[in-house]
Amino acid sequence: MNISVAVNGKSYTRDVEPRMLLVHFIRDVLGLTGTNIGCDTSQCGACTVHLDGMSIKSCTTLAVMVDGADITTIEGLAPKGNLHPMQKAFWEEHGLQCGYCTPGMIMASTKLVENNPNMSESEIRHGLEGNICRCTGYQNIVKAVQSASKEMAGGD
Amino acid sequence: MYPPKFDYHKANTVQEAISLVKESDGKFIAGGHSLIPAMNLRLADPGTLVDISRLNDMKGIGGGNGVISIGALTTHAMVAASEVLPDALTEAAGMIGDPQVRNRGTVGGNVAHADPASDLPTVLMALRASFHMTSESGERSASSDEFFIDLFETALGENDVLTSISLAEEGANTGSSYQKLFNPASRYAMVGAAAQVTIENGTITAAGVAVGGLTPKATRASSVEAALVGQPANDATIASAAAAVANDLDDEVMGDIHASADYRRMMAPVFVRRALETAVSRAS
Amino acid sequence: MANYMGKGIKRVEDPRFIQGQGKYVANLQIYGMTHAAIKRSPYPHAKINSIDTAEAEALEGVLAVFTGQDMIDGGVGPIPCGFTPPDIKLPPHYSLAVDKVRHVGDGVAVVVAETAYIAYDALDLIEVDYEPLEAIVDAKEAMADGAPQLHEETPNNLSFTWPIGNEEEVNNALAQCDHVVEVDLINQRLIPNAMEPRAAVAQWDGAMENLTLWTTSQNPHTIRLLMSAFTFGIPEHKLRVISPDVGGGFGSKIFHYAEELIVPFCARAIGRPVKWVATRSEAHLTDAHGRDHISRAKMGMTKDGEFQALHIETYANMGAYLSLFAPMIPTALYHTLMAGLYKTPLIYGITYGTMTNTTPVDAYRGAGRPEASYLLERVIDIASHDLGIDPIELRRKNFIQPDEFPYQTPVALIYDSGDYDGVFDEAVKIADYDKMRTEQSSAREEGRLVGVGVSGCIEASGAGPSAAVVGLGAAIGLYESGAIRVHPTGKITVLTGAHSHGQGHETSLAQIVGDELGVPIEDIEIVHGDTEKLPYGVGTYASRSMAVGGGALVMSAEKIRDKVTKIAAHQLEAAVEDMVYDRENGTIYVKGAPDKSKAFAEIAFAVTLANNLPEGMEPGLEETSYFDPPNFTFPNSAHICQVEIDKESGEVALQDYIAVDDVGNIINPLLVEGQIVGGVAQGVGQALWEHGAYDENGQLLSGSFMDYAMPRADGFPGIQVGRTITPSPSNPLGVKGAGEMGTIAGTVTVANAVMDALAPLGIRHIDLPLTAQKIKAAIDAANGGGD
Repeated sequence: MNISVAVNGKSYTRDVEPRMLLVHFIRDVLGLTGTNIGCDTSQCGACTVHLDGMSIKSCTTLAVMVDGADITTIEGLAPKGNLHPMQKAFWEEHGLQCGYCTPGMIMASTKLVENNPNMSESEIRHGLEGNICRCTGYQNIVKAVQSASKEMAGGD
Repeated sequence: MYPPKFDYHKANTVQEAISLVKESDGKFIAGGHSLIPAMNLRLADPGTLVDISRLNDMKGIGGGNGVISIGALTTHAMVAASEVLPDALTEAAGMIGDPQVRNRGTVGGNVAHADPASDLPTVLMALRASFHMTSESGERSASSDEFFIDLFETALGENDVLTSISLAEEGANTGSSYQKLFNPASRYAMVGAAAQVTIENGTITAAGVAVGGLTPKATRASSVEAALVGQPANDATIASAAAAVANDLDDEVMGDIHASADYRRMMAPVFVRRALETAVSRAS
Repeated sequence: MANYMGKGIKRVEDPRFIQGQGKYVANLQIYGMTHAAIKRSPYPHAKINSIDTAEAEALEGVLAVFTGQDMIDGGVGPIPCGFTPPDIKLPPHYSLAVDKVRHVGDGVAVVVAETAYIAYDALDLIEVDYEPLEAIVDAKEAMADGAPQLHEETPNNLSFTWPIGNEEEVNNALAQCDHVVEVDLINQRLIPNAMEPRAAVAQWDGAMENLTLWTTSQNPHTIRLLMSAFTFGIPEHKLRVISPDVGGGFGSKIFHYAEELIVPFCARAIGRPVKWVATRSEAHLTDAHGRDHISRAKMGMTKDGEFQALHIETYANMGAYLSLFAPMIPTALYHTLMAGLYKTPLIYGITYGTMTNTTPVDAYRGAGRPEASYLLERVIDIASHDLGIDPIELRRKNFIQPDEFPYQTPVALIYDSGDYDGVFDEAVKIADYDKMRTEQSSAREEGRLVGVGVSGCIEASGAGPSAAVVGLGAAIGLYESGAIRVHPTGKITVLTGAHSHGQGHETSLAQIVGDELGVPIEDIEIVHGDTEKLPYGVGTYASRSMAVGGGALVMSAEKIRDKVTKIAAHQLEAAVEDMVYDRENGTIYVKGAPDKSKAFAEIAFAVTLANNLPEGMEPGLEETSYFDPPNFTFPNSAHICQVEIDKESGEVALQDYIAVDDVGNIINPLLVEGQIVGGVAQGVGQALWEHGAYDENGQLLSGSFMDYAMPRADGFPGIQVGRTITPSPSNPLGVKGAGEMGTIAGTVTVANAVMDALAPLGIRHIDLPLTAQKIKAAIDAANGGGD
């Protein structure tokens, strides 16, 4: 069936099978492969994108169910040529190693900070409970979120 | 990761949803957070899905006259952020899955699925919530004791839509809490305990207590409730009442690699006590 | 510029990852690409009577279905084992099972279809007639008479026996000891779970008979070699193996997997590109698992705590087939580390490698060394409680001293360098150990269960001298290649045989080359993971890339400097001996006359013009070297942590963790700290949460993240990292390798802390993982039996 969605500010109308997962739509139909797949049970968060301003797991959402929605993926988080403060912070704080969980981690983190700019370390750690990283031990991810919180609050 | 084929219909009204499911022998889908992972693993093959997620009348928290109504399509995130709902419920909603899951998963989908390790059934039972359903023949309601029937089984008929859940506003002298022993992998409840108490002049005048995670369905802790009502709101009452939960657990307590049945049984009074302690402190 | 060594430079590879531009295998799109899915056995052990693929083949969109017999008929051979102790019995390992299935997840057929969705639909249409057989999952019980037999080739399911040391001497010594600690330990099975599931894409060029395979491998050259020499029969020069960005490996992506044969087989058969991407559930069933030992340890000592002798017996679960390096892990990488940091004079160890109806087991972060450290450091901790000696004090009594290096252990290895008291001094200082103990005493008085855990671990890394590893039974030399290609404008492409799958080589190797040549790292690009671009390389595992891969680049840089210096001397009309290569600025000048100089880029261009080179010199500025280290490196550590146990639930809270490691010289402290912290998290995961659990019938109970407890952000306090440095003499950089120590030490440190918390209750040992229910049961038993 036909669906129309805006992804990273661009409108797309595509014919998809009802069973197609949103993450497959984003990756295989639109070719935006920054959103990764890390599990099949909605646990790991690698596929996190923003759906109408909220972070969600695109492996647990059917593309047909988001007809008309506004979606942001890692590729559209910042204007072309720029980095979002969260992307910058992950880089500065060495918040990634293999990079596979990173897009989902960044997408989840930006919404955490937007919803609560003054999180304690413990709140950040709890807030990231839906994103699994096997490389970093989370320490530098937490640091990155803390550092990005400051920059995002500063408005620059 | 590749769900089986199904037909898909988007419903615009509750009645349309009901007839679509009836005609197709299909299933409703709201947030999809119980169903889609099962379909991803090809453990569920619904044939037809009727999408009720656009039935906006069923979204949101409202009410009046001391009763709060939660639309079945209200997300866990909305419940967790609510300032009008009892603490036990907002607490429990905040412990479901993770922020992304809470943004999509719905209260109705969760309770209709009736997963034994789910948090909401336990809390809604303790809070004596009512479940409002619409079927082809009309509307009806069920108490929490009537609604949860067994493992993955509720009072909902195959073609029934759960439209809303209602419960009493928490008064000034009433407090509630939900305490949970997390499954370290799935983050579901291995033991969940919900308690709500009303205290007047130092005496517990009403109590709702339920446990989940241990049994095929959320279980009302009637022995605990009985041991509370009419008693002074103190540590001794709480301790002996919590211990009474053992009487409410039949031999259907379940176990897995993370927590054996024996361990869960042992943890039930501990988490009931913790829930009661917090509920009492909030009521006072 | 230059002077990059020791600087925490942020990673040059990160812009692509943080912007979603990582080049993972699953992202590859090729025109005409098809999709493969694999039908897997739901039975742990069953005879295959027949496979009916007709209905699947008839499904619209399905291009082909193949079985194991089709692959054998097509000339695909069994997957070999690359480590073969003398008595090993080698059961065949076909990429798709032909006669029997031997573990849940064993592949039986493959579907190729236009989309992955259709391929999965077709799997449901394949009818396999299985005749279920009894299964065995326990490594020790597998050897018992009457146990179900997996392979004809391995009677009693025993593949190999690997002893080291003199058992009689050790037993005699144990009989003489004042005190002997004897303990049975289980090192539980783990599932590696790199976040990127394995994937493979193959493209067959029928006209030229060339095959390109993109695979999630830590060592593409090894895969190419194995496919050419053993499994696929394709000439090496006709096969290109590419491992682009790989999303974590932790050992699990070293091995030659069935899908690396199935996918190319399909691509060749149907003449179109084929992609296969594992689901997480598939990863749980088919990625080589880790650990899974059942051991008994006996350690004898004097009453003062001087270690006298150690006896180890281990049953190592190999799973259903021998994965590529599986027999090496519980043998040459295990018993050889049993000396630890200590002067224990007599050690005997024996391992029985057995076959069971479980997923094959192979190297997982640390590979043998975490198992050794866990055993040894648990035993020592028990001894410290038995003897009433502080665990740090007991360890210090037995340390090999700094002036005793190189130190020959009784278990084959020669340690390179170290100062174990120094490492512990630093850890004690950062942890404020005495204060921790004081606080623990007051907590105990309040009836709280607070524990302090200590460990001192060692690993053999930087594998390793080829002669030594081949001598031990490995069918692979463990040198590494490194080539430096200087372009006419002075920009540099570095080709390394090492492979980065998270380690940050594009940064750390650039730092090495930048310093060696005096070139800014912005002018250097690291290329890895493509057999067509690189000289033969070994790959990345065993914390070897800086020690061995870095060593090769230092050698190539020396050759480049040498040539550049000669050219500069020639052009400046000075003697070569009078030239100074300024590595800070990348200039070459005449000693005492800094104005008579040439910039590196000037020489690069001069080489390209080639009109004014020294007599007889060839044009071109490109050097390749292979570094084969003279010895392993021996990173070592002192880790300390504190836990508190909830008495009521048995839940463990990790409150503080201090990791001090001597990993030799450090190229990039930011990356080293990242490796240590990430490693600790994996170690803690094994201690508290993770378990690849089978039921007794051979069903995997932890088949997804719903049941396999991965470490999450809220499971950790901040981890404090410290370091001491004793440079390794085994490589030009003096580095020891940082990839595995966190994991090696993390598990036992936390286990020791938990057992320390429970010690006042008289609890001596609980097997991993230390889940709430096990701890609660132990507490209740200690308190008089609970209910």
